[in-house]
Amino acid sequence: MSDSCGAPVQGVEVEVGSGEVVLTGKVSDSSGPVGGAFVRLLDASGEFTAEVVSSPQGDFRFYAAPGTWTIRALHRSGNGQASVSADGPGVHPVEVAVA
Amino acid sequence: MSREDVLVSAAWSEENLNTPGVVFVEVDEDTTAYDGGHIPGAVKIDWKNELQDPVRRDFVDRAGFEKLLSAKGIANDDTVVLYGGNNNWFAAYAYWYFKLYGHQSVKLLDGGRKKWELDGRPLDKEPVERAATEYKAQEQDLSIRAFRDEVVESIGNRNLVDVRSPDEFSGKLLAPAHLPQEQAQRAGHIPGAINVPWSKAANEDGTFKSDEELAEIYGEAGFDGSRKTIAYCRIGERSSHTWFALHELLGHQDVKNYDGSWTEYGSLVGVPVELGSGKEA
Repeated sequence: MSDSCGAPVQGVEVEVGSGEVVLTGKVSDSSGPVGGAFVRLLDASGEFTAEVVSSPQGDFRFYAAPGTWTIRALHRSGNGQASVSADGPGVHPVEVAVA
Repeated sequence: MSREDVLVSAAWSEENLNTPGVVFVEVDEDTTAYDGGHIPGAVKIDWKNELQDPVRRDFVDRAGFEKLLSAKGIANDDTVVLYGGNNNWFAAYAYWYFKLYGHQSVKLLDGGRKKWELDGRPLDKEPVERAATEYKAQEQDLSIRAFRDEVVESIGNRNLVDVRSPDEFSGKLLAPAHLPQEQAQRAGHIPGAINVPWSKAANEDGTFKSDEELAEIYGEAGFDGSRKTIAYCRIGERSSHTWFALHELLGHQDVKNYDGSWTEYGSLVGVPVELGSGKEA
């Protein structure tokens, strides 16, 4: 992975290392999961940190650090955002609705 | 050099999809996006498999670049419009790369795939065939490419612009937050570097901020316009985006991209490394 910097395919199973803080979830709208959304990870001060494209099933995943994060999704059908607090290592679920 | 010489809008692009002499090229590390739907008529370049040497850590050489562009049907006098995912990171890398090999007319599609998709503009899956050309490249223009020794010599006398995220800069993370954190090299940054994450130069939809906004962002971070500049990130593609902002949009004269970037520097024996925010208390 060290020679790569693009976002990997979202939604596939991954092993989570013992010390890693993973933020994961789905983007959805009133009719179900939204694939192809641009999902942005913003830190507690609102600064951009990372971006991925949601899988066809709406999945996204970030490797972050403990703290409070905002997940913001952009899609041609609408935008939306949600907040998540990660108090330590592990998988932290978060759902984002766009409208 | 002005913004119009180096950037085209999505609207302009859609109007010029069939303009003779204009070639749209999608550049990505993962070309499944292209295969799932691309700008009509665009050819693809696979950043990893087509622009990188398959054995050594370096770019394809001049002859390899000539062979690649000839096969893609790109001629020396074509205007090449580059776009891609990841906020145009790899498209910006390719832009710098086309400049490195002396292509005359190359532009970035402002906002890349993201802006195009958010606008709901057309994508198709039609195979694209272009007649082969006999492309001739120039020798690499090393006035825009920095190597490691020059980077070490530049500590304290040039602007070193680290465009990674603050947590990568300070040494908390070794890679962007959308990637597993598995690297083995040392974390931190080059002493004296200023940290201006690439994303500061972009709007939410992936387009570049205005020249006025860009000048303010770099100025506030301590960028000294009277000094030469080297930009770096982890592998050199986010810093191509910043190189584009500093050299092509703001018109700073002596700006180099250090494509070795942190994956090289952070693995060198004996070089100085700084941790923390880098700001004086």
